[in-house]
Amino acid sequence: MARVELKSISKSFGGVPVLSGIELDVADGEFLTLVGASGCGKSTLIRIIAGLEPQSSGSVLINGAPVDHLRPHERQVAMVFQSYALYPHMRVFANIGLPLMMSRLNLFERLPIIRMLSARRRRVMAEIESEVRAVTKQLQIDALLERRPSQLSGGQRQRVALGRAMVRHPAAFLMDEPLSNLDAKLRVHMRTELAELHDRLGTTFIYVTHDQVEAMTMSDRVAMMDNGTILQIGRPGDLYMRPANLKVAQFIGTPAINLLPAKVSSAGSVELFGAELPIRARRPAGSAMTLGIRPEAITLAPLGTSRPGMHLLPGRLRRSENLGPEHMLHIDLTSPASGTIICSVAGDHEPLTSDSRGLALLFMPSACHVFDVEGHRIDDVEAASAAAAPSSDPHARAFGATLCPLPPKAGEPCAPCGGPAARTS
Amino acid sequence: MDTHLPSPHPSPGGRGRSPVGTLARRAATLFVVHGILIAGAVFILLPFVWMLITSIKSPAEIFAVDFSLWPKHFNAVENYGFALQKVPLLRFAANGVIVCAGILLIQLLVAIPCAYALAKLRFPGRTALFALVLMGLCIPIQVPALPLYMGLAQVGLLNTYFAIMMPFFLSVFAIFLFRQFFKSYPDEIIHAARLDGMSEFEIVWLIVVPSAWPAIAAFSVFSIVAHWNDLYWPLIVISDTHLATPPLGMMFFADAETGSNYGALTAAATVLTAPLVVAFLIARRRFIEGITMTGIK
Amino acid sequence: MMASAVAIAAPVPVVRRDRQRLIEKLAGCGFAFPAFLLLLLTNLVPLAVLLYLSFTNYELGALDTRFLGLDNFRKAVTDPVLRRSLANTFVYVAIVLPGAVGLGLLIAVLLHRRKRTRTFYEVVYFLPVTSTLIAMATVWQFILHPNLGPVNGMLRAMGFGEIAFLSEPAYVLPTLAAIGIWQLVGFNMVLFLAGLSAIPRDLYEAAEIDGCRSGIDRFLTITWPLLGPTTMFVIITTSITAFKVFDTVAVMTRGGPMGSSEVLLYAIYLEGYQYFHMGYAAALTLIFLAFVLLFSILQTFVLERRVHY
Repeated sequence: MARVELKSISKSFGGVPVLSGIELDVADGEFLTLVGASGCGKSTLIRIIAGLEPQSSGSVLINGAPVDHLRPHERQVAMVFQSYALYPHMRVFANIGLPLMMSRLNLFERLPIIRMLSARRRRVMAEIESEVRAVTKQLQIDALLERRPSQLSGGQRQRVALGRAMVRHPAAFLMDEPLSNLDAKLRVHMRTELAELHDRLGTTFIYVTHDQVEAMTMSDRVAMMDNGTILQIGRPGDLYMRPANLKVAQFIGTPAINLLPAKVSSAGSVELFGAELPIRARRPAGSAMTLGIRPEAITLAPLGTSRPGMHLLPGRLRRSENLGPEHMLHIDLTSPASGTIICSVAGDHEPLTSDSRGLALLFMPSACHVFDVEGHRIDDVEAASAAAAPSSDPHARAFGATLCPLPPKAGEPCAPCGGPAARTS
Repeated sequence: MDTHLPSPHPSPGGRGRSPVGTLARRAATLFVVHGILIAGAVFILLPFVWMLITSIKSPAEIFAVDFSLWPKHFNAVENYGFALQKVPLLRFAANGVIVCAGILLIQLLVAIPCAYALAKLRFPGRTALFALVLMGLCIPIQVPALPLYMGLAQVGLLNTYFAIMMPFFLSVFAIFLFRQFFKSYPDEIIHAARLDGMSEFEIVWLIVVPSAWPAIAAFSVFSIVAHWNDLYWPLIVISDTHLATPPLGMMFFADAETGSNYGALTAAATVLTAPLVVAFLIARRRFIEGITMTGIK
Repeated sequence: MMASAVAIAAPVPVVRRDRQRLIEKLAGCGFAFPAFLLLLLTNLVPLAVLLYLSFTNYELGALDTRFLGLDNFRKAVTDPVLRRSLANTFVYVAIVLPGAVGLGLLIAVLLHRRKRTRTFYEVVYFLPVTSTLIAMATVWQFILHPNLGPVNGMLRAMGFGEIAFLSEPAYVLPTLAAIGIWQLVGFNMVLFLAGLSAIPRDLYEAAEIDGCRSGIDRFLTITWPLLGPTTMFVIITTSITAFKVFDTVAVMTRGGPMGSSEVLLYAIYLEGYQYFHMGYAAALTLIFLAFVLLFSILQTFVLERRVHY
């Protein structure tokens, strides 16, 4: 178990910068995921932690001690590769036992024929065998010890790769997209297994993926990367509820957040399609903004309805997708608004959407995520006084100045806000 | 499970190294590696270099007791001139071109349709034919050489271009190679072509062959190199110097000049080796692909 | 499939299908015919003739021929000249094989990681493969010349005596073998390079994390086992090529001195095309074929078994 720190890590490949000034502090026993689109540098970062790639500048520390000069196997980290990198010519037993053989036997005890002369080797191999069996039993692959990787299924290979990592009792597990090569169903199953493994072992896990669902469901904390920098680190809920950056908002959440063009009015508020919202924008008048609203934060009503404190956009249904428990509605906004919004509705929407007058899309201004022209979040999203008093909103208290994006149903607890009462930094 | 908090320490076999140590190690490795590579390269290049240098030296220097790498007097014109006169060197090279081109042309004309038929068409005797092709792969030219020589002698066709080229018209290797390639060609395209009214003949030459260009190019390289450098068969069937291919011509020349005019000898060697080497330097990728196609056999 | 789509549309599908089949058959036979004819003429008929000849004592131009049964083969087995040429050939192969394969592997392993210098070395090492061996053999003859050649010049300069590479019976075969290695190293190097690049890079990385520190460890744990199929293949093709040695012998030594470099193919050449003992030469050719077939079968057998995972 170990604490892993990255201080000002930068990396360039031949003049092309791939990572810039990465600062990261992974607590002992934490499950941290590095998530981002392809090319954001997450794989490079994990390889730097492993020691497979030297960084251009900055330092990697494990348990407080810098390890930059240590070779990969000296850093006491174990890695699971995307392709598993199992040795195809060795049986499962040898695959898992190799790290132990490398560290406990010297060269002569490993050379093909000469090693038969060594008595010590036999003793050490007996130890190794019992350790390998223990690990494979944990992973439920002890029946496969005599097989070769080509004779295993995808899930089995994955477990062998895990076994090879586990048998070293490393200070940290590094995983580079280990679930990408599995089919969808198996992936879901292995997600749970990995999360449970983490709980059981209590070791630090540093996990890389491009799949935001994996990041959200498995991690203690998520660090989203883009273009070589970390855009935001926080608990999964934080990244979802308070994305610090437009890219984070777009990446996290399925279906993706709805984005609408807005601008700053002369009065300093955010103006959407000519109507002012009670959101103070600390930017010069006239600057472009982007307003984001999550599909589940929109309430539908017949056109003409209004609700106190909620902003209204008119629209017409274009298409509906039936997902079973809910529907995804694609709605074209009508004048004065324009664009398409996706919103999710549980239950039957027919009576509402078949109304020829059109739809009203209602949402709380406090549920909006506003980003400036560079994609940074505008932190002061305040409700106007005429709207539902923020101070009386229990969710507002839980999140300080941030209001819960989901308007609560009267008398019902709000599920997402069941998290910690205080906001962590 | 570990009871202590493992801080990364150098494991028994490894050493934590300072950056300077790493640099020194890397330099030493590079030194050894390149040392071996260069030693090998010297061994490889020795004949080429020596050939070129000797071909421009004068006889006095060649036979001198002390060695100088670079000639003091340039005798290139004389050496090359002598070589070109004494023996029809350019004729040999021309023969090489004629023979290789002729062989390659017929090989392609014969092998491509046959490979296509084996890969895509069903006809009686297909399996038997393929078995024969496989068998032919194992039979080097030196085996049927004897009866072929006798046969050619009977019909009086020795000492002709035809005699040199004939045994090679069928290249089982080409058939095998192209068949592999054609097998992976999508059937749907062929069906579509048939529906469009194309005859099988047109399909082969207008549709499938253009897509097989890399394989054909690679094979052509292999064929040209193999037949330009072939000695055994031309030696058997040719006794007329006017028809000699480069290796045979070189042999004639060496016989004519045993032991004396090394300058001219190496000049001749240069002239005869140059075409392929220059071609290699220009089309390196294709060469290596083509020649190592024997590997994919 | 398109054909069935047509079949549904057309009123007489059966006829169209049959006609298509017929066209296919005709085309197939037509396309294959020239190749088949040539196969017959240049491979099958000659083989049959060889077989027949090997049982006779036919000499080119002879008027009467006698059927000898297996006498030719018996003679071959007991003939000291032939046994010597077989022994020479095997010695040659025994030297060339480890040399060409080992050196090829060494150079490939060294070159595999180089980036800037790799092309240069690849070109250099591959040159001998493209060069005309006869021409280069003549140059080698000069280089190894006792008086005029640089090799002996260097030996003299270092204080050793001269070595008559090509005229001393004990040195001839090793010298020819060295030239054979010279010609084959580049070829094997390219094959090994292809095999090396087929090994996934992340295997080496996983091995490094698992503790494979030195180059020797990496080679023994990953490189050598995964090169298995390539190595086998290179060994067998090198053996076959070495077994077919002829050019250097014909140009440089003519089997001399005193038959110490007479190899199998050269012996066959002499018997068949200099002495015109066709029957005997035919028998020898069949023996030669038997050995080559043995190597080739080994090759297909090994590749089928696939020292592979």
